[in-house]
Amino acid sequence: MAKKKESTLINMLLALFVITAVSGGLLGLVYGFTKDAIAEVDLKKNQAAIQAVLPLEGEITYQADTLSYTDAGVTLTFPCNLAYDANGNFLGAAIKTSEGGFGGKIDMMVGFLADGTIKGTSVLSHSETPGLGANMTGPFKDQFVDKNPATYRLTVKKDGGDVDAITAATITSRAFSKAVNKAYNAFEANKAQFMKGGTDHE
Amino acid sequence: MSNNLKTFTKGLIKENPILVLLLGCCPTLATTTSAINGMSMGLATTFVLVLSNIFISLLKGFIPDKVRIPCFIVVIASFVTLVQLLMQAYVPDIYETLGLFIPLIVVNCIVLGRAEAFASKNPVWPSLLDGLGMGLGFTFALTLLGCIREFLGNGSIFGLGILPETAKILVFILPPGAFFCLGFVIAIVNKLKKESH
Repeated sequence: MAKKKESTLINMLLALFVITAVSGGLLGLVYGFTKDAIAEVDLKKNQAAIQAVLPLEGEITYQADTLSYTDAGVTLTFPCNLAYDANGNFLGAAIKTSEGGFGGKIDMMVGFLADGTIKGTSVLSHSETPGLGANMTGPFKDQFVDKNPATYRLTVKKDGGDVDAITAATITSRAFSKAVNKAYNAFEANKAQFMKGGTDHE
Repeated sequence: MSNNLKTFTKGLIKENPILVLLLGCCPTLATTTSAINGMSMGLATTFVLVLSNIFISLLKGFIPDKVRIPCFIVVIASFVTLVQLLMQAYVPDIYETLGLFIPLIVVNCIVLGRAEAFASKNPVWPSLLDGLGMGLGFTFALTLLGCIREFLGNGSIFGLGILPETAKILVFILPPGAFFCLGFVIAIVNKLKKESH
């Protein structure tokens, strides 16, 4: 067996330097190699989410954008994708939104039609309790479909709204409703600009 | 050769990292909510364990004693990051559920434990076998726990529904269920070990 190197300063520096340099180089290579695949996976996931919340027929162009609105002095910003048909008519928007749930942040996407009707909701990532809060990805989220928040109150029934909360997961239900509500506010605040046809607004 | 075989098989049962040595319990408790999660975590750890054991065994003559721990950690962390990037790119679904726990393999005491106790004192081939045996033992324990918890808590095994909706015992896929299951499995293993003596 090879004898262990003495723990002299120069040996220690050399060992640490060589090992970290080689590791760094190797990881750089792997990162470059997997970068495109990871970006593609993210893109696909994003597209699948848009399709799930805003299923539209025909030739649609999606335009990535950000929406913001100010609530009680705080400006909130939401990434979104605006959908236009071939003639440049505004069809709807898929808006990314989030809210703190029971176990952590719930990231969601909500699709609105041009008149503000919710077309679909989808949870992108969450850390809610399995079997309780995590059930929001089931029938719970479907109750929002085809509702227009202009007439549909986006708070749970316990708080005087119209949303049926998940049994034993009121906090999750509240967070979900609040996230949808925030997306709707962002949609309403920027609605006038969508109609103009997109590119010229700020 | 029989010595090598022993090196390999000791990790499976006799010195199983989870069921006997009780090493690396954090990822065990956290990721065994379903059989597939447990198995994926086990295999990811096995991959890191085998590679880190090989490289640490190769580098053992080059690493001075006083800086061996930082060197081991850098080697392990590199392989973990490698696994993370590959999983993110090619198995995004599994990455989504395990994502948080993959970086934690770096501080999994099995990996550093085997590097320190075995790979830094033995040639490459036995180190590889040791890593593989320990890794598969870990995978076996995690898959077993995942199966039990998924079966009791969600009525299915590997996503295959078996029990009806009403027969689910939710607590088993919640954190306390992990402790119950691990405790009972270890008790059974200990009983079996005693009887075989």
